[in-house]
Amino acid sequence: MKTVNLLLSGVGGQGVILASAILSRAALLQGLDIKQSEVHGMSQRGGSVVSHVRVGEKVHSPLVAEGGCDILLGFEPLEALRFAHWVRKDGTIVYTPDRVNPSTVSAGLAEYPDDVEERLRTYPVNLVRVEAAALAERAGNRRAANVVLVGAASRFLDFPLEVWEKAVEESVPPKVRDVNREAFRLGREA
Amino acid sequence: MKEVLSGNEAIARGAWEAGVRYAAAYPGTPSTEILENIGTRYKDDIYSQWSPNEKVALETVVGASIAGVRALAAMKHVGVNVAADPLFTASYTGVRGGLVLVCADDPNLHSSQNEQDNRNYAKFAKIPLVEPSDSQEAKEFLKIAFEISEQFDTPVLFRTTTRISHSKSIVDLGDRAELPRPDHMERDVKKYTMLPAYARPKHPKIEERLQNLRAYGATSPLNRVEMGDRSVGIVASGIAYQYAKEALPNASFLKLGLTYPIPDDLVREFASKVDQLIVVEELDPFLEEQIRLLGIEVAHGKDWFPITGELTPEAVAERLTGQAFERQPAAEGLPVRPPVLCPGCSHRGVFTVLRKLKVYVSGDIGCYTLGALPPFEALHACLCMGGSITMAHGISKAMGEVTDRKDKTVAVIGDSTFFHSGVTGLMDMIWNGGHSVVMIQDNRITAMTGGQVTPGIGKTLMGADSPAIDIEKLVVTLGVKPENVRVVSAYDLKEIETVLKEELDKPEPSVVITKDPCVLQYRVKNTPMRVDPEACTACGVCLRTSCIALGMVGEGDAKHAEIDPNFCTGCTVCAQVCKFDAIRPQE
Repeated sequence: MKTVNLLLSGVGGQGVILASAILSRAALLQGLDIKQSEVHGMSQRGGSVVSHVRVGEKVHSPLVAEGGCDILLGFEPLEALRFAHWVRKDGTIVYTPDRVNPSTVSAGLAEYPDDVEERLRTYPVNLVRVEAAALAERAGNRRAANVVLVGAASRFLDFPLEVWEKAVEESVPPKVRDVNREAFRLGREA
Repeated sequence: MKEVLSGNEAIARGAWEAGVRYAAAYPGTPSTEILENIGTRYKDDIYSQWSPNEKVALETVVGASIAGVRALAAMKHVGVNVAADPLFTASYTGVRGGLVLVCADDPNLHSSQNEQDNRNYAKFAKIPLVEPSDSQEAKEFLKIAFEISEQFDTPVLFRTTTRISHSKSIVDLGDRAELPRPDHMERDVKKYTMLPAYARPKHPKIEERLQNLRAYGATSPLNRVEMGDRSVGIVASGIAYQYAKEALPNASFLKLGLTYPIPDDLVREFASKVDQLIVVEELDPFLEEQIRLLGIEVAHGKDWFPITGELTPEAVAERLTGQAFERQPAAEGLPVRPPVLCPGCSHRGVFTVLRKLKVYVSGDIGCYTLGALPPFEALHACLCMGGSITMAHGISKAMGEVTDRKDKTVAVIGDSTFFHSGVTGLMDMIWNGGHSVVMIQDNRITAMTGGQVTPGIGKTLMGADSPAIDIEKLVVTLGVKPENVRVVSAYDLKEIETVLKEELDKPEPSVVITKDPCVLQYRVKNTPMRVDPEACTACGVCLRTSCIALGMVGEGDAKHAEIDPNFCTGCTVCAQVCKFDAIRPQE
């Protein structure tokens, strides 16, 4: 299998790291090599978060190359646009339209651009819009939007459904297992 | 058994497998999770602790080594500056039980105040340097580092970077080496007492030790030659190796794990077999300089790979392959999303008042350093751990007597940083007749690094109860007049302002303390606030508290502030700055 390069971009607190863990877990269950990298420390305070996940027969670099990303998962439209140029031509961007204002916008120092989705459409990629928050709410908890996005991305990775289900199950706490299983399913079918 | 582990988790595992019995650290990104993991997952076999600072941590580790057990200290790159004093002389004493100092560098300053390359410490302290390039190596190399430490009677510097510490990859787990606990305390005065007469003969031994290590490097499992296409020979270590290997998988590699001292003979032999030598490394030309000193020609090194910032896979690939990556243009003009104080943060009210008072604020290392960013811009200097109090003292002495309050100085420091190295600075201020106000923002945790206990909490890393050090009593005991030690609520803006004004006008040191806990770590959530759209004039004053729960909605006359109840913790700071009484708790 050719190495698949995924980027997950969002805001601290959205569950980017858990989503990365599910993707890594699925690849491990598939018997693949994995590298995953993110920067944490200051990011839980509402800053941008980006996580790199690479899966394949043998993976060296833990970072995806700029211009070499196959699948970008945007947990927030502005954060999807910020990393859109990392995606290779004919790659995929899966994103949710649910906005989270940056502190600079909340503080009145900047404006949230109103053409984010239009600008995303200018990239030569396969663009997949998933209403992650609404689907997560339907699954039982708005906070499971991250797992909805993993579900949506799962269609672009050739792993059996059982592998995905097991990866979700093993990555989330028992009491939210059902919600997350449903969130994954809704994302995969979206 | 295989697991996906971060570099830091793998180091913790490696310590356990190596039979380590003692570990100590002060938290610091990107090193923190090493001790967090040892202190939870391996607590049955390894005694571990957070120390008040890195110097203390390393000294306790030296003690454990003298007692005869394998011992590990962990810290971030700048932490080694704090611990440099014991490190340099521990190089002279050597060890009894193996001693490894793990330091995690932060190229690109993801969460740091500088970008120093700590590999230089190995050369400076004349100790071996080990660098892993993924999690599997982090675990295995750590075990070898302990063997080197004991075999060569030396501390070992084990250096990672953010991309090693915080990247995850697959690790094969092993068993723990059961090493017997020492049954008596050996005395060896000449080895461990660094009087001039006993230290002097050590120096030539250390030089000899380096020569022995240089020879050892030729056959060490830490170093590896991968012969491929001989037109290009790449020398690399750490994360740089991974980027280079990704770019040119078929080139020849000298992959070094022992990067100081480098194995002369191995490098010479490798260089003789390839057409040109390229050194790929992040930050300083540390390997390149060692190789050039051998008289070996380096075709490319720092002329290709920048000395500043992080290497990236695309930048390395573009240089090594000579081919540019096809890239789409980046979206321009997007609002940035910098880290901010959390909604409800106990620092928000203090910076709101400090901005209003227009005093000069000497800051320190922690979440509150974010008070320097717009819209607060109410923190004007930040140098190093503990530096707020001492810089404030220097500033106030240099300024002499000032009448205008805006020329007075307030030092702002958190609880963990105060325990780390603020206490000595306060002694200095008291002793030498200083007259600044020290604001200790005690949020009952080391917050910036993700929530580690401090000496003021009454708990240890391993979860045991312990005496909590009382900051109020401590500063009074040091000599701050009891009437100048004031405890205020972090959420009462009027009280903070009144008290700060009173204390700023005194000709002697004052300490103002807040004790409200970190909302993130202690999960504080009160009734959220709401904005009355009728009363709100959309003046925007509340937005200047820089809270992501707040935002402006609507247009024209209908424009008003709004609060997201999911984010709001009900701290009331925005309500206190509102001149129109438009912000009230939800009913």
